[in-house]
Amino acid sequence: MAYDLVVIGSGPGGYEGAIRAAQNGLKVAIVERELLGGICLNWGCIPTKALLKSAEVFDKINHLGDYGLTGEKPGFDFEKVVARSRAVAKQLNGGVGYLMKKNKIDVIEGFATLEPGKDAPKVIVKLNKGGEQVVEAKNVMLAVGARAREIPAIGAVSDGDRIWTYRNALSPNRMPKSLVVIGSGAIGIEFASFYRSLGAEVTVVEALDRILPVEDKEVSAEAQKAFEKRGFKFRIGAKVTKVEKKGDAVNVSVEVGGKSEILTAEGCIVAVGIVANTENLGLEKLGVEMDRGHIKNDSHGKTNVKGLYAIGDCAGPPWLAHKASHEAVHAADYMAGRKLSNLNPPIPGCTYATPEVASVGITEQGAKEKGLDVKIGRFPFKANGKAIAAGEPGGFVKVIFDKKTGALLGAHLIGANVTEMVQGFCLAITMEATEEDLQGTVFPHPTMSEAILEASLDADGRMINL
Amino acid sequence: MTDILMPALSPTMEEGILAKWHVKVGDTVSAGDVIAEIETDKATMEVEAVDEGTVEAILIEAGTEGVKVNTPIARLSGGDAAPASKVSPAAVEAPKTTEAAKAEPKQTEQAKAAPVAASAPAATSAATSSGARVAASPLARRLAEINKLDLKAIPGSGPHGRVIKRDIEAALAGGTGKAAPAASNSAPAAEPRKVQSLEQLGIPAGSYDLVPLDGMRKVIARRLTDSFRDIPHFPLTVDIELDNLLAARTKINTALESQGVKVSVNDIVIKAVALALKQVPEANASFTPDGIALHHNADVAMAVAIDGGLITPIIRKAETKSLAQIAKETKDLATRARERKLKPEEFQGGTFSVSNLGMFGIKQFASIINEPQGCILSVGAGEQRPVVKNGQLAVATVMTVTLTCDHRVVDGSIGAKYITALKGLLEDPIKMLA
Repeated sequence: MAYDLVVIGSGPGGYEGAIRAAQNGLKVAIVERELLGGICLNWGCIPTKALLKSAEVFDKINHLGDYGLTGEKPGFDFEKVVARSRAVAKQLNGGVGYLMKKNKIDVIEGFATLEPGKDAPKVIVKLNKGGEQVVEAKNVMLAVGARAREIPAIGAVSDGDRIWTYRNALSPNRMPKSLVVIGSGAIGIEFASFYRSLGAEVTVVEALDRILPVEDKEVSAEAQKAFEKRGFKFRIGAKVTKVEKKGDAVNVSVEVGGKSEILTAEGCIVAVGIVANTENLGLEKLGVEMDRGHIKNDSHGKTNVKGLYAIGDCAGPPWLAHKASHEAVHAADYMAGRKLSNLNPPIPGCTYATPEVASVGITEQGAKEKGLDVKIGRFPFKANGKAIAAGEPGGFVKVIFDKKTGALLGAHLIGANVTEMVQGFCLAITMEATEEDLQGTVFPHPTMSEAILEASLDADGRMINL
Repeated sequence: MTDILMPALSPTMEEGILAKWHVKVGDTVSAGDVIAEIETDKATMEVEAVDEGTVEAILIEAGTEGVKVNTPIARLSGGDAAPASKVSPAAVEAPKTTEAAKAEPKQTEQAKAAPVAASAPAATSAATSSGARVAASPLARRLAEINKLDLKAIPGSGPHGRVIKRDIEAALAGGTGKAAPAASNSAPAAEPRKVQSLEQLGIPAGSYDLVPLDGMRKVIARRLTDSFRDIPHFPLTVDIELDNLLAARTKINTALESQGVKVSVNDIVIKAVALALKQVPEANASFTPDGIALHHNADVAMAVAIDGGLITPIIRKAETKSLAQIAKETKDLATRARERKLKPEEFQGGTFSVSNLGMFGIKQFASIINEPQGCILSVGAGEQRPVVKNGQLAVATVMTVTLTCDHRVVDGSIGAKYITALKGLLEDPIKMLA
């Protein structure tokens, strides 16, 4: 049968785009080679959050005395921590299956390749159960995602034993006593935070001049300080020249400031970015235009090939689940001819370490590079009642407004719970709020969110509580 | 109090016909009741009440064509202040149909208004004609203020037609939505320009009462601002001796006494104005982008002051009517104008206007062109003045009249020819019989 849309890949971009298309009255099929929900649900966002929750609770219990509590020295069962994470992933994977059924979306399990077709490329699925199925549709949406980047030239390749990518780190074969994490983006930092909480000696290697390099500089500095307090070690501006397994250890050779050093640990995590899963799909034959390893798309997700859309990680950064979902839903509305809000909302980014980091919009240095005239407000959680009461006084809220128009341009947060707080800024930017709107909003007391109000006031030098 | 707004049957609909009312003033409606029928060239749709309440006013008569989307069409009392429309963000005060100001009511204006260059295909104007609050993002408001743009003139492409940043950017790029110049026909409605507040100009808050702008005031403000700014206009003034006219009027009124009709000087002026237009048809004209419209009939609009503004009811084909007929019509129209009971067709579509401030003792003034009419005559007080006749000083009853001309259609020589013809008829009214 012919479909209106075939989605290839069932990650958070693919399955949400499929649901929206079905809501729009389109007949939809989705092709998945492995597990419904893709990396996010099964090997990414969700299972890492499960691990990090275990780590956070463990950290708290280790500081019972801070809260006037007493108890036995706690321990952990590493296998059970991992098993919990896998159970969470499995539950959500089942949830996506239910959603597909509910929206009458046909799930085809197998690997898809594309061939030139009439309205859109023809989809040939090599079925997991054996055999082949040809699926014809008016539209095809590539939501094939990405995977960890590995660098064979220096040995930074998963061996499934001591040298890991995120995927190994999520279902580890052992709890390493020491760990070198290559890359200090969100993925590297989250695993470093998790394994550190469980007692590993962690060294994070970053090639650029600061950790979390996409974040605002002040946040990077605050984060490094907080992590160092937790016992992280860092090699900043460090070039990894070799990753080598030696017996029960891994030697990571780095060059920092002209000096060579060999970091030895029980394990190593390679977290140096991702590559799009664009191989073996037949894209070359179709003449799909690419851009630095990613599929080139327009603001509606359309590629240069008739009827072919690409969304999410495979279509370029930022490589984030919510960006994929947004693009996919937008594309599904576009192909159904529905009115689009098309507001190009800024994509927030979160790092779920201890402390958490969250941001949306432009950084201070980004504003400077663009030559924008801005005013900036900051408020530290150490002056926030709720944060003090919760024993979480670290971090701050930093907010950036356009000086002339008052437009909210960016917000940068570090501290406990900030990943749940940044949405206020996302909404504010999407609704085109100005500093007055934030300053005139009543925030509940006592909450950590009051720091948003104070930081906004500080941009005009009118902070109350500091 | 809640306004019911003209709904959009489709995303692209800009105006439609209010075909039929299913309710009348005083009826109680509940949410879901069918209250009216709307037609476009494509479809007929029933309008349902969203709120409950009592119909306080029908603002647009059944059968009215060219009703712009989001125009208030009726008013409900009893509901809370929420907007009663599925298609509009908000609505506040709206003028009654009969409240339309000088010349024409707002829906006619809107029908004429060229749509502003739309930045997005589905963009709908967030403004209602009557100056209702415009849905706009905070940033869009700030940008409009900084760039002195009129938000009402900018179509919103955000959720529910909200004006957002990109709409402002599009307006800036396209040069539309200017609050000050160059927006004459593109603005669906406008308030006086807000450049600085009274406070900024040194008048402290609390030292004055603020009378809110009602629909009529806004229409007057916009139409006359546009006219005065955009139309190249010039005045021509002459003195007219009235002694013959006054003598004739006395005779006429004696003759008409039995009919209970009394002819005023103004009635005779209207008749003379119409006859002069037949003599100089080039002055009975309107400028249009496609050409100059030379009107067949002299439909003379007379300005009538009413509470809160003015309105210009029309004596149609005045050139064909007797003075008695004109006198009866002007009396009836003026009475009903003050009661705000005129029908739209009674004040829409005149070809020439007469404004008379003689009763206030005003000697001379120059009115502002009443678009699309090419001329407006300003009539001053008749008074005894010294005049020179045959080299001798004498006393005559003299009235000064000023013809304001739209230079795009009426050049100086035509204006002069017309006002001379008018002077001839008024100074020697027996010529009106010729």
